[in-house]
Amino acid sequence: MEQTMQFGVFTVGDLTPHPTTGQTVTEAERIQIMVTVALKAEEIGLDVFAAGEHHNPPFVPSSPTTMLGYIAAKTDRIMLSTATTLITTNDPVKIAEDYAMLQHLADGRVDLMMGRGNTGPVYPWFGKDIRNGIALAYENYALLHRLWREDVVDWDGQFRTPLTGFTAVPRPLDGVPPFVWHGSIRSPEIAEQAAYYGDGFFHNNIFWPKDHVQRMVKLYRERWEHYGHGPADRAIVGLGGHVFMRPNSQDAIREFRPFFDHAPVYGGGMSLEDYMDQTPMTIGSPQEVIDRTMGFREFVGDYQRQLFIADHAGLPLKVVLEQMDILGEQVIPVLRKEFAALRPAEVSDGPPLHPRVLAAQAARGGPLTSAAPEDSVTSTETAVPA
Amino acid sequence: MTAGASRSLVVVSAGLSQPSSTRLLADRLAAATERHLEDAGIAPKLRVVELRDHARDLTNHLLTGFPTPALQEAIDAVVSADGLIVVSPIFSASFSGLFKMFFDVIERDGFAGKPVLIAATGGTARHSLAIDHALRPLFAYLNAAVVPTGVFAATEDWGHGAVAADGTLVERIDRAARELATAMVGRAPTAMRDPFTDPIPFEDLLRSNQG
Repeated sequence: MEQTMQFGVFTVGDLTPHPTTGQTVTEAERIQIMVTVALKAEEIGLDVFAAGEHHNPPFVPSSPTTMLGYIAAKTDRIMLSTATTLITTNDPVKIAEDYAMLQHLADGRVDLMMGRGNTGPVYPWFGKDIRNGIALAYENYALLHRLWREDVVDWDGQFRTPLTGFTAVPRPLDGVPPFVWHGSIRSPEIAEQAAYYGDGFFHNNIFWPKDHVQRMVKLYRERWEHYGHGPADRAIVGLGGHVFMRPNSQDAIREFRPFFDHAPVYGGGMSLEDYMDQTPMTIGSPQEVIDRTMGFREFVGDYQRQLFIADHAGLPLKVVLEQMDILGEQVIPVLRKEFAALRPAEVSDGPPLHPRVLAAQAARGGPLTSAAPEDSVTSTETAVPA
Repeated sequence: MTAGASRSLVVVSAGLSQPSSTRLLADRLAAATERHLEDAGIAPKLRVVELRDHARDLTNHLLTGFPTPALQEAIDAVVSADGLIVVSPIFSASFSGLFKMFFDVIERDGFAGKPVLIAATGGTARHSLAIDHALRPLFAYLNAAVVPTGVFAATEDWGHGAVAADGTLVERIDRAARELATAMVGRAPTAMRDPFTDPIPFEDLLRSNQG
């Protein structure tokens, strides 16, 4: 069964007012929007849905495995992931248990991405010191890595109660731990960590110029090879991306500008045009998005996972679903073909998958086979009013 | 002194008008420092950063979290400098906001032990203590090696002639420049480590993060 490069969407779960009406959806509506996006992702043949984890307003999703477990029950095929799981402030024992449980419920369709978070006070709120951010990411992940691989763990560290004779349950499904990505925008120490373990490295590729993304990925690839996991071009790389499309690029820019200008994450300083010039953000026609995304492989090499940010910045659900339709119909099929044509045979198309996921794909005859029609969600039968 | 030895001298000027008296003071300090370095057998490599040219990029950096290529280049020049001359106009009893914004976006460890000459301009000599209550603490926080003489130039100082009499602007410039040059000569050139081309091995990172 041949693997393919993975395309998907990720959500941060922000409650941002609509820039012109000033209306903000409720938390209940926002959670349903995220679920709707996940189901839509499966319907249109995407490979991955990833959810963020936050512990402060204006964000909603604090409890990713609860949400992903619900989505797992409603889907058959799509991989469920995180963007990101806070390895700094969560107890690694609880991460080991929660995601192993999710892995069983989702029949192996689970991987996750470690991150340090972007909100300082989350550290003290969870009893940690932000000055130990990197040290927490290292120690907690070292423990998590062992808990998924050793049945009985004795452990001592600086940041958590010691363990003697501890077994994290459930054990990973069929003894295969979930695949792990490490995400970092700017810390070479995290690229080094991903390389050391032979795990995946993900760059969100949204907020920083491409030169920086390129340096981070290059470092990860070189160090992956250094640690003996194989040639640098075989390392497992994922990228984020931010796009907004209309058939005519001027229409896309006109429609998206108020969302950009008012979205807290984009600052409110730089113009949309300058931002597009200096970062990989693409607001334009589907063809422009295809061209720009194909350009990513020129600065990071052939990579395995491309996630686009879907619902955010106060975009109405109707628009989000329209954007996903454009992605699913006009953009991703072309990207799949073009990336596959350029990829050398020895470079893995996608990240490692659980054997059960591979077997299920083989039984279906391919990773892209759509879900049964009665499971489908369309833009006209959404759970929340747009 | 070793033949062919050189040191990079970077001037940061936060003057707003063109021409500005802040830049005028910065240029006099740079020329005097170059002269003292040459007297010590060191070839100075001068670079001037006009913060006015980066004003919009600085605001954007604070809001978006990343610098434009031009601003990054200026930051790199400052961090890799062997000596710095920093000059700000005094506004509302302190350095200007533009001056502070620039130093706010640079990592603190880029200044450790770096020789720095602090200087400022203002309308009258009544603002001169801002050198010691605003600029000096900022660079103390950054762990820079600030030279003892700070130079404040009030408008009237520009009319005191060319002779370096005791306490005139010309004399203060020369004294501060000599102190800066001496500090630069006495210190090995700044060595830059690029974490992307020269990474610290994971085992070392693990060890350094323990305790």
